Amino acid sequence: MDARGTRSRTDSASTGAGRRGTSATTRHDLALTALGAVGFITTFIGIAMAFLYAPTDRVQGHAYRIVYIHAPVAWLAYLSVGVVFVASIGYLWKRSMLMDRFSRAAAELGFLFISLALVTGSLWGRPIWNAWWSWDARLTTTLILWFIYLGYFTLRAYAGDRDRAARYGAVLGIVAMIDVPIIHQSVKWWRTLHPEPVVVRASGPNLGNDMLVTLLVCFIGLTVVFTYLLLLKVQVEGVRDHLLDRELDRTFGTDLHAHPHSHGMVTRDSSVSHAQMPGMPSSPGLAPAPTSFADDTDRDHDHDHDRRVPTHG
Amino acid sequence: MKAVLALVWKDLIVELRAREFIGSMVLFALITIVTLNFAFDLSGAGREESGAGGLWIAFLFASVLGVGRSFAVERDRGTLEGLGLLPVPGGTLFLGKFLSNALFLLLVQLVSLPVFALLYTLPALRPMAILFVVVGNLGLAALGTLFSALSASSRSRELLMPLLLFPLALPIVIGCVRATTMVYTGDGGETWPWFNLLAAFDVMFIAVAYAVFDFVLEE
Repeated sequence: MDARGTRSRTDSASTGAGRRGTSATTRHDLALTALGAVGFITTFIGIAMAFLYAPTDRVQGHAYRIVYIHAPVAWLAYLSVGVVFVASIGYLWKRSMLMDRFSRAAAELGFLFISLALVTGSLWGRPIWNAWWSWDARLTTTLILWFIYLGYFTLRAYAGDRDRAARYGAVLGIVAMIDVPIIHQSVKWWRTLHPEPVVVRASGPNLGNDMLVTLLVCFIGLTVVFTYLLLLKVQVEGVRDHLLDRELDRTFGTDLHAHPHSHGMVTRDSSVSHAQMPGMPSSPGLAPAPTSFADDTDRDHDHDHDRRVPTHG
Repeated sequence: MKAVLALVWKDLIVELRAREFIGSMVLFALITIVTLNFAFDLSGAGREESGAGGLWIAFLFASVLGVGRSFAVERDRGTLEGLGLLPVPGGTLFLGKFLSNALFLLLVQLVSLPVFALLYTLPALRPMAILFVVVGNLGLAALGTLFSALSASSRSRELLMPLLLFPLALPIVIGCVRATTMVYTGDGGETWPWFNLLAAFDVMFIAVAYAVFDFVLEE
């Protein structure tokens, strides 16, 4: 079968996640979609308010309006670090693949939101500071965090197999969370203890009530959107894990089922050649596949140069 | 504790026989220190300001080269499984590797610091400057040992080590460079906040790495 077969199978799996399940999963999907709708609508209202309701800043003019996106996005970027931290502890403690999916999902979203925060901040800085970038404590910490996330993805991508990627990712997730406040502190002192021409943070006049309300609406809207995207991504990662398990099964037979990692060489080719399969039989929906990663302790110690299982991204 | 010392002893003996790390790290640090002179002109008047930066860049790179490979060589030699079979918890293995890495770094600095002080006529051997070398070392060794274990089995460990170590070790770089600069310029700036920050950093990451090392080695 050709590559199309694989793709359509993936599609049917992801879109059919609710269909094949019980009414409980359907309700769950419905609730998730509703959550997303609420989030996007609130965000749009917030953006509309930012342009129509909120007054123009006396000092900064219209340029300041980007704060309504920038501040919530930056807050969510930092929230994602916290989510990765909690999910990482959860994974190491309970060894539940669900926790690792939360880590993966939050990390990717966090990376997206950090990039957005850097870009929107830069766009604001150009007219206000007359510079795209300033080595201010917050900016610097955010940039470093961006690199830490890149390191996180790289570590996971090269870890070898899924189980190891999850463990290594969890360790780094914990270390990074503890480090970020220290990095921020050190960067702050780096600037204040060392006299330098400091770019004045134009904070403008006191935040008026109308500005505050607009900002609040944007915060709530984007936080709900973040939650929606996070849960959606966790679901997608679940489907991905599930499909990977099936491909492993199909490629190596069910007798090897208990040791997916020892034989975990799944290349694109093998997955295509084994894509021939009769529909999706009734299988445990998004729950982890029968293979439990938790008690898979007797993996062999092969060099894993050639048996990398695509983990994510 | 006895197990930790035994592990350090083992690393020292291996190093004494194979001479794999310290020699190459020293040479690397020295050539970096010399090369930095051409990048920053460390011989001129402003060298007190930028000298410490050059010195710590050299130490950071040397630690990637040395500490970063400490678990990879165990893996390449096939002795990582042996370490894994030892009847000690992962945290003990971490402490052993961490201590020998910190010791190697210190030996490297023992050689390169006087050379640095001599080449650039900077007071690099003042007790205060040495103190920051030690606290900086412990942090670099703690993070470096942890990341070395994480990247040991990776195909791209040359990329992974700096990619993980540089951003997360930023407080060490900033703190040590700032404090050492204060010592060099003698402007009487307050170095103790930096010392406290670095000491807290060291304690925290030694503890965290100790706690999670079981999960890193579990295969």
